[in-house]
Amino acid sequence: MNTCDLVIIGGGSAGMAAAIGAYKSGIRDILILERDAEPGGILLQCIHNGFGLHTFGEELTGPSYAERFTGQINELGIRCVTGALVLHLRADKTLDYISPQTGYRQVKARAVILAMGCRERPRGAIGIPGTRPAGIWTAGTAQRYLNLDGIMPGRRVFILGSGDIGLIMARRMTLEGAQVLGVAELMPYSNGLQRNIKQCLEDFDIPLFLSHTVTDIRGQERLREIVLSRVDENRRPIPGTERSFAVDTLLLSVGLVPENYLSEEAGIVLHPRTRGPLVDEALQTTVPGIFACGNVLHVHDLVDFVSAEGTQAGESAARYLTDGFADSRSILAAPADRTIGYVLPQTVHPDRLDKPVEFKFRVADAYRNVTLQVLKDGQVYKEIRKRVLLPAEMEKLTLKKDDLLDVKQELAFRIAAGHIDAS
Amino acid sequence: MYDILIIGAGITGTFLARDLARYDLRIALLDKEDDIACGATMANSAIVHSGHDPKPGTFKARFNVRGNELYEDICRELGVAFKRCSALVVAASPEEEANLDILQRQALDRNVPVRRLNREEALALEPHLADSVTEALELSSTGIITPWEVAIALAEEAVLNQSDLFLSHRVESIETLPPAGDNDCPQKSRFRVTARTPDGQTHTFDARYVIDAAGVYADQIYAMVSPAQADPATRRFSITPRKGEYFVIDHEETPLFQRVIYPVPSEKGKGVLVVPTIHNNLLIGPNSDFIDDKEDVGNTAQALSYVREQVSKTAKDLPFHKVIRNFSGLRPTGDTHDFVIEEAADVPGFILVAAIESPGLSAAPAISEYVIHTLLAPKLSLVPRTDYKRRRPFLSLKDVSPAEYNEKIRENPAFGHIVCRCEQITEGEVLDAIHRPAGARTIKGVKKRCRPGMGRCQGGFCEPLITEILCRELGLTPQELLHMTDDCLQKGGACQ
Repeated sequence: MNTCDLVIIGGGSAGMAAAIGAYKSGIRDILILERDAEPGGILLQCIHNGFGLHTFGEELTGPSYAERFTGQINELGIRCVTGALVLHLRADKTLDYISPQTGYRQVKARAVILAMGCRERPRGAIGIPGTRPAGIWTAGTAQRYLNLDGIMPGRRVFILGSGDIGLIMARRMTLEGAQVLGVAELMPYSNGLQRNIKQCLEDFDIPLFLSHTVTDIRGQERLREIVLSRVDENRRPIPGTERSFAVDTLLLSVGLVPENYLSEEAGIVLHPRTRGPLVDEALQTTVPGIFACGNVLHVHDLVDFVSAEGTQAGESAARYLTDGFADSRSILAAPADRTIGYVLPQTVHPDRLDKPVEFKFRVADAYRNVTLQVLKDGQVYKEIRKRVLLPAEMEKLTLKKDDLLDVKQELAFRIAAGHIDAS
Repeated sequence: MYDILIIGAGITGTFLARDLARYDLRIALLDKEDDIACGATMANSAIVHSGHDPKPGTFKARFNVRGNELYEDICRELGVAFKRCSALVVAASPEEEANLDILQRQALDRNVPVRRLNREEALALEPHLADSVTEALELSSTGIITPWEVAIALAEEAVLNQSDLFLSHRVESIETLPPAGDNDCPQKSRFRVTARTPDGQTHTFDARYVIDAAGVYADQIYAMVSPAQADPATRRFSITPRKGEYFVIDHEETPLFQRVIYPVPSEKGKGVLVVPTIHNNLLIGPNSDFIDDKEDVGNTAQALSYVREQVSKTAKDLPFHKVIRNFSGLRPTGDTHDFVIEEAADVPGFILVAAIESPGLSAAPAISEYVIHTLLAPKLSLVPRTDYKRRRPFLSLKDVSPAEYNEKIRENPAFGHIVCRCEQITEGEVLDAIHRPAGARTIKGVKKRCRPGMGRCQGGFCEPLITEILCRELGLTPQELLHMTDDCLQKGGACQ
């Protein structure tokens, strides 16, 4: 069996940044396994701009953003096998993969970085009633048909879910000549970035139906009609509010799920909320030497943050490979109550920190003019005023080693005081 | 001219076609859909029941028990999966326990292996049974199959042995032909069947015997040739579709349940089940609702919530957050309360294989055996084909050793190209599914044969790749494959 210091599963934005991060920290024996024909991941079909503001200070398209990284991978001479799908990953860090070029290979890694990304929730995951005709796709699948294959998948379109890909596709389909009749969102607020609501819907006069969902789908071979209903505060459709739209296409943008079947096979413990691995401040999972970053860890809003997390995972893996991690006590980081959806990392080793910890979290609901509280072992330690907090936008909070050293068991986050926005 | 023309390429039609193809006969198999197994065969509980519950003295009881005996060998011959996974019928009250007594006696009468379990014994087998469960019957001969895989394999073997398969042929009329001269020549066709294809063309087929295996439409097909059947006052039977809806849960290394879990049956049927599948998914369903529309396979919110509520009486801890799909199917329920399997009394040579609702899948091989050996053998000379060909099983690279895998990749690099990451299916396997007899011609056809699109992404990643492969291999257009006909795209009216 071949051996390798660091195997990175996935050559998208997370995986490439991880490889570069590890390389720059001194690791040379790196192998990226990428399932598609070229590295870049989902960026390659995201031909709109808006990528890279944080990282490069300019607005790039997805492929241009990816190129910045593939260019570096090539320059540094980092090995990347494309067309390679990892079939198995085990806790001893052996993995099996196949590709047309290499055939079936097994490799034993000293460290592994998970960077497999995420997938879109399909119709079945949300159980929309009705028939099952052609013409219903996740927004990303339609994006691929349109942007990579040059196939226009429909002419009269409705979009369920206001996730960013759905919003982007509302604009994209419109630009290609389709009529987009509306975007429906189950929640009373959008799940997409504010800038996408403006640039993709408002600028094109596409209506956004908040607190609405699709309650019936009609058509035999091809979609003919959808029925939209208003929902109550418990997200149940309200009888009598139905209205139908004659469309041939329904695009779904109803959530992304980290793609963790390999992680599960390796026995890595997943977080019930993020549905990605539990990690510590080094982004190490519950299996020593296996790290995770990007959308396989938790779903991000901006690729810039994915790249940054990838870099961090690469650097951590390098540190694991060169120095190892000393045994050290750990504390938990978690939501204090239901106001916070999740906090990442979920564990921290205060004594072995060599730099501040950037906590990432999402609120569970939309809030306005509130206070974010940080609690150490149940005692409020820090309060930060926040004007707007939305579940769609990941929040960050950096704490220094000194802030964490005196935590005995748990660091917790919650939203308190101020006006809780129920609209 | 055909010796036998079979209408309906579901599980009964394909069993008949394959079993008849063993003899030197000219056989045609017609279906209105664009693939094999598009009706009840595509959407059911995928169980080969033990035969414990049909009423005594019925065809259902007789053919279910016999079908269960036959299935394992047939699947081995065909190279498709069969797993004798066993089943538990669970009771949760003294009344239900009394029902278990009846089922147990019935099973014993039929030589169906059966064992009574107390709660602890049942939990030792299936730890996630509902807390209310008090006792269970174990039915160890219960099996599972993938019904459409079986039907497709049967159709393929029929085609390999000179049968003609006509898909997208909707039967429009059946004429009886006048007898030939004075002495009725047995070699002469008695029927002229006219079918229409989607391009608007009609095609006629002459046949000596017609087998009506048309599922929910079997009553209407029979009415085409029988004035008595066409009259509601005198008809032999009618079929009402009875809808059942399901959840599909993503496959796991070890599904939560290893055995089929039945509640105690009621007059509405076997009730809401938990079923492990061949591919380690779980099916949860079905409900049972009579409907009017024979094409209505839509899901409804009410039925799905009924299924969830009912299943909680037999099972707990079900991972509903891992649901990847809902579907529904129509049982062709006859007003006869039993299968209708006979030569039509008023139309000699017209064989009814109708009202094949549950346990139709389990009974199908035995139904075919009965039709051929009891109904047809006295009339036809059944000369076995000397050059009978077996189909080559589908490749499934998921389960082969690395060395075998490499062998295949060396042979053809397409076997190293995974197109479906959820089910780990290679391009080579897709090409095989397209280019074999009775091969796939649609996205769904590929999905049915080798599973891309069956997984947790439901085709999100692989569908564009499958579309590309089908266009390249068969010269089709994406518009055809995605059903983007001008008709459908121009019908959109204004928003109401």
